[in-house]
Order: sequence, then C-alpha cells, then structure tokens
Amino acid sequence: MTKKQQKMLVRIILTFVIFVGLFICEHAGLFERIGSKWILFLIYLIPYLVIGYDIIYKAARNISHGQVFDENFLMMIATFGAFGVQEYSEAVAVMLFYQVGELFQGYAVGKSRQSISDMMDICPEYANIEIDGKLTQVDPDDVEIGSVIVVKPGERIPLDGVVIEGESLVDTAALTGESVPRRASVGEDIISGCVNGSGTLRVRVSKEFDDSTVSKILELVENASSKKAKVENFITRFAKYYTPIVTILAVLLAFLPPLILGGGWGEWIQRACIFLVISCPCALVISVPLGFFGGIGAASKIGVLVKGSNYLEAVAEMTTIVFDKTGTLTKGEFKVQEVCPEGCTKEELMELAALGEAYSNHPIAGSIKEAYGKEPDMSRVGQAEEIAGHGICVPIDGKEVLLGNEKLMEDRKIQYTPVESVGTIVYAACDGRYMGAVVIADSVKEGAKEAIQSMKQVGVKKCVMLTGDRQQAAQAVAGELGIDEVHAQLLPGDKVSKVEELLNARKGKEKLAFVGDGINDAPVLTRADIGIAMGSMGSDAAIEAADVVLMDDDVRKIAAVVRISRKTLQIVKQNIVFALAVKALVLLLGALGLANMWEAVFADVGVSVIAILNAMRALKIQK
Amino acid sequence: MKKKFKLEDLDCANCAAKMEEAIKKIGGVNDANVSFLAQKMTIDAQDDKFDEIMKEVVRVCAKVEPDCRILL
Repeated sequence: MTKKQQKMLVRIILTFVIFVGLFICEHAGLFERIGSKWILFLIYLIPYLVIGYDIIYKAARNISHGQVFDENFLMMIATFGAFGVQEYSEAVAVMLFYQVGELFQGYAVGKSRQSISDMMDICPEYANIEIDGKLTQVDPDDVEIGSVIVVKPGERIPLDGVVIEGESLVDTAALTGESVPRRASVGEDIISGCVNGSGTLRVRVSKEFDDSTVSKILELVENASSKKAKVENFITRFAKYYTPIVTILAVLLAFLPPLILGGGWGEWIQRACIFLVISCPCALVISVPLGFFGGIGAASKIGVLVKGSNYLEAVAEMTTIVFDKTGTLTKGEFKVQEVCPEGCTKEELMELAALGEAYSNHPIAGSIKEAYGKEPDMSRVGQAEEIAGHGICVPIDGKEVLLGNEKLMEDRKIQYTPVESVGTIVYAACDGRYMGAVVIADSVKEGAKEAIQSMKQVGVKKCVMLTGDRQQAAQAVAGELGIDEVHAQLLPGDKVSKVEELLNARKGKEKLAFVGDGINDAPVLTRADIGIAMGSMGSDAAIEAADVVLMDDDVRKIAAVVRISRKTLQIVKQNIVFALAVKALVLLLGALGLANMWEAVFADVGVSVIAILNAMRALKIQK
Repeated sequence: MKKKFKLEDLDCANCAAKMEEAIKKIGGVNDANVSFLAQKMTIDAQDDKFDEIMKEVVRVCAKVEPDCRILL
C-alpha cells in the first residue's frame, strides 16, 4: 500500500468507529432527548467530514476549474442530498462505503499494474566492465559498441553481443517463454534480457542499449496500450455521453415528478441522488483497458509481443492466415537432400560441385560446400563465369565444368536426365558430358504441422501459403503440412497483390493475418490486417512493420495467441455487460424508489472492483 | 518530436481519458496518449515549440486532475 492509501485506511477505520458509536447511540434511543435536528446534524457532520473532506475539497476545486461532472462532485451532491432529507447516518455511511470501494479499487489497480510490470521486468540494471583488472558496475546506457562486458552466473545479460570467452546455459524464458535454456559458447550471439546460467561469460557488445533487444521489447510493450481496440474506443465515447445523460435524468427525476404529481420533494431528491452516484463510468473505463493490458501481458509471457490492443482484438477475429513459406513454415536452411550421379560416384559428383561452387557465395553454393564437408582444393579451380539465371561455368583441372539449372543444360546442348524431385536442382556437366544432379531443398520446421492443425482447431478457416519457390516444391510442403491453398512462383511484388486478393475475399468482420520471416516481406506485413513476424530470425524492419512478433519463431504460438485474445475479449465483454446491467438495474430500481444509496454505491465502486478482478484473469494463461 | 513523461498520483482512469483529450486540443500537438495503466504520458508535438507546449500541457492537466503531477 502506498502512503496515501495507508492514510486513507486510518481515516476509514476512524470514521467506522465513530459511525458505529453513533449508530448504537441512535438506536438505543439516546438521541431522542435531543430536540433539535440541528444538533444531530452537527454530530453526524463530524464523521462525515473525517471521511469526506477531501471529496468536498476536490469537488469545489474542480468546479472552479470547470470540471463539473466528476466523481467527487457527484458524491458530494448525493451525500448533501441525504443530509437535506435528514438521512444523516446514510450520508456518512454512503461516503464511508464509497471511500472503502475507492481504496480497494486503487489497491487492486496498483496490484495488477505491479504484476504486469513484474512480468516485464527484463530490464537490466547494470553491466560489468573490466577496468584495470577490476570489475566495475556501470549503467548499460554508458557501454559503447565493441567494449567487453562480463556477465556473471545468475546475472541478466545487459546488452546484445557476441560471446568471446566462456560457456554457459542461458535462460531465455523472459523473452521467448521457452523454458529450455539455450547453450551459449564462444562466437555465438547473445541477446539482452536473458538470464545467464552457471558459467561466466565475456561478451563483446554489438549494439547500444537503446538498440538492444531488451529496450526494443520494453518500448513495444509500453506503447501497446496506446493503440486502442474498437471496444476501448467505444467505451471512451460511451463514457463521454453516459455521465451527462444520467446527471440530466437525475435532475429531471428530482424536479419533474414532484411538480407534476405534487407531494414530497425529499423522496424524489433521494432517488435523484442514487442516479448521481451511479453516473460514474469508472468501472468500464478502467476494466476494459486493464483486460487488454492483461491479455498483452499473457501473450508476452509465452514469448509473443502484441503491439496493441487493437491487434489483440483483430487476432480473435482471424479467419484466414497466410504464410510465407521460407523461414516461416520451413527452416530456411537449404540442405543437399539427394545426389544423383550418372557415370561417376556420389563422391566424385559432390567434389565436382563443391569445387565448382568454391568461389561463389550464393546460398546454394553454401549448402553444397557444407554437404561436401571438406575444404575444396582451390588451386584446381580457375576463373568462374556466372551466367545469370542459369548457373556457372568454371574450369577445373583444365576441364570446363557447368553447374546450373535445366536451362543451362539445354543452352549448352547437354544430354541430361531431368530429375523430378522437390527442391532446387543443380545439374552438373564436365567437358560436355552429363555427370548427374544435386537436389537441394529446405526442410519443414519442427512443429509447423502441429501449428497448422491447432490453427484449424481454434477456428481459422483458411491457411494459405505463398512462396517464390517452384510449384512442385510448394505443393509438397503444403501437402505435408495440411495447407488449404498454395500460390507458388511469386515475385515479392506478387505477394502483396495475392494478399490483397485474399483481403477482398474475406467477409464482414473476418480478419486476415500474414506470417513472414520479414526478409523482404515488410510491405505485405503492413498490408495484412495482422502482420506476424519472426523475432529472432527476422529483420528489424519486419519487427517494426509487424503487429505481432513471435520472439522464438515458433509458429505454434499463433494458435495460443488466438486463444489468449478470445479469452481477453470475452472478459472485456463480460465486464461491459456486467457493469452496464448492474448500473441499469439499479438506475431503474432507484427511479422506482426501490433501491437505496447502498446499492447505488455498490453499482459504482463495487462493480468497478469486481470488473478489475475479472480483468486480471486475462493475465493468466492456460498451460 | 515524441517524448515520454512519467505521471504521479494519476488515480482515476476517466481523468486520464479527459487529460488525453484536453492535451490533444492544444495547438501544435500532433498526438498524445495518457496511459492510466503505465502511469505514463506520450506527447508528440512540434519540435520548435515543444517547451511552450509542455507548459500548456502541465496547465491543462492541472485543471483536469490537480492531484496528478507530471515528472518533467
């Protein structure tokens, strides 16, 4: 509890004691001898002022600032009204009850805020730098790129960098939700925000603190609440009209019936007071954003950053999901899958291919060299000539070697055997004689199939895959994963138009998500209703352009986020319906003279507290 | 220019909404956001008049919610 809340608690206890005392006295008949109502009024004024002086002060001050319809003013009018109709004990009790509710509400909001920010507690406090052989703690903000920091066991890694000494297991749970620690050894990249395991690491810093992963994530999460969901905007607009309307109704209720029907003013003023107490929209204004905040928090707990309440809302309505193939559903690592020699051994063919690609830095060349496993003897290789869109021509041991696709073979009039495998096929020929082919293909990511299945389970109707790859390769992957629709052989620009086509095809409130690793698909990420990017493999530009970021590139998490978003939306809707229903009911009963001030205060602060507690459920995630 | 400020004693969500609305009406402010949950305020305003605008922001906020302090 804060100091302010403690002070309030003392006031509440004090008032409660006085109030109980007065209540007993009154019911024991001790006050009957006091003839004047004025003395009774003064007696009750004491506890009233103890509990409510700040309300009256604030109400008066806010009126002088032109802020009329706030809670303080409404409570003041309502309790003054009670005094006016000589319900002194009720005036005190209502004010007391109100303050108790406010205190509890403040406490609950503080607690929820705390638990959310605890979860975001990934910000490192210091970095260890070695100066003259001694370790000194400095602000991570002051560490420059290239300096060497020391991360001791159990410490949070303060800055992104490369390990130059030591080995350890690193706990990435705070960033990715992944509970299995990752091994970090010399030469590997390490990201800030993770917790170091048992070994001491020396890390060469590669990014400034402001650009480090941890700062980026904190910034994203903090900004998330500024992008409001439709429901949130609706509530803000609703609140703007709700209070004045209820206040006007209260005024009408106080004056019209007695004027028309004649009779007691007191009764109607009391009913009007009930209206005033209920007129504050606070339960809605707090609990709706709090629910979304909780949902975003829950998502970040499993390693998914949602950049705004509006995106969380959109995810719940997602019916179409479009995947980029490479790097999203497949690993994006090209490996030699098949070697089909003709007239030579597999080893000879691989040696030829590895030598031929020795000087190339094309990804295909990399996979061939990797599969070859040995260092090619460069002295045997002459000057290579690249033939764009076809392959390369390179002299090896004085013989002309051709490596490339079928077009190259046809161009050079070489008799070759077409290979019907899925993937990129490199045909090889030596001095005009066909030597065979090497098939290079990407492999499907772990869990990709599961991801598609769980997506279907949560109600995604259509899973689409887009790729620049050949039709055959695309079909094979799609078949394996259970994808509904495939569009292959697309240029980067075609992806945007395809997504646009799919956007036009959806109906009503349906939302479309695009999942990509961010390598040249930033425009598509922006165009889709929800852009989902890979956090660890993707580019900075993609993370910037995306609305949802999967920190550990695990596509299975998408279905989990859909579940979180649905739950969040459900909670938010429950809160709205519950708060409005209780308020409407008490308003109605109040107008009919069936509700008293107690119920009115419950409809105000009581409902707020319940709604806040309900909103906090959004933070919990089902395992 | 975009700047973030911490807020102290921002006790009521409705007041935060009112503050946000009032700040957005100040001339030169492109966008403003008052987060009740984060107890933070983000203001995007013209660079050259930023200090002036901030003075106005403090004044406007004091009018809406005098208890809330902006930590400049």
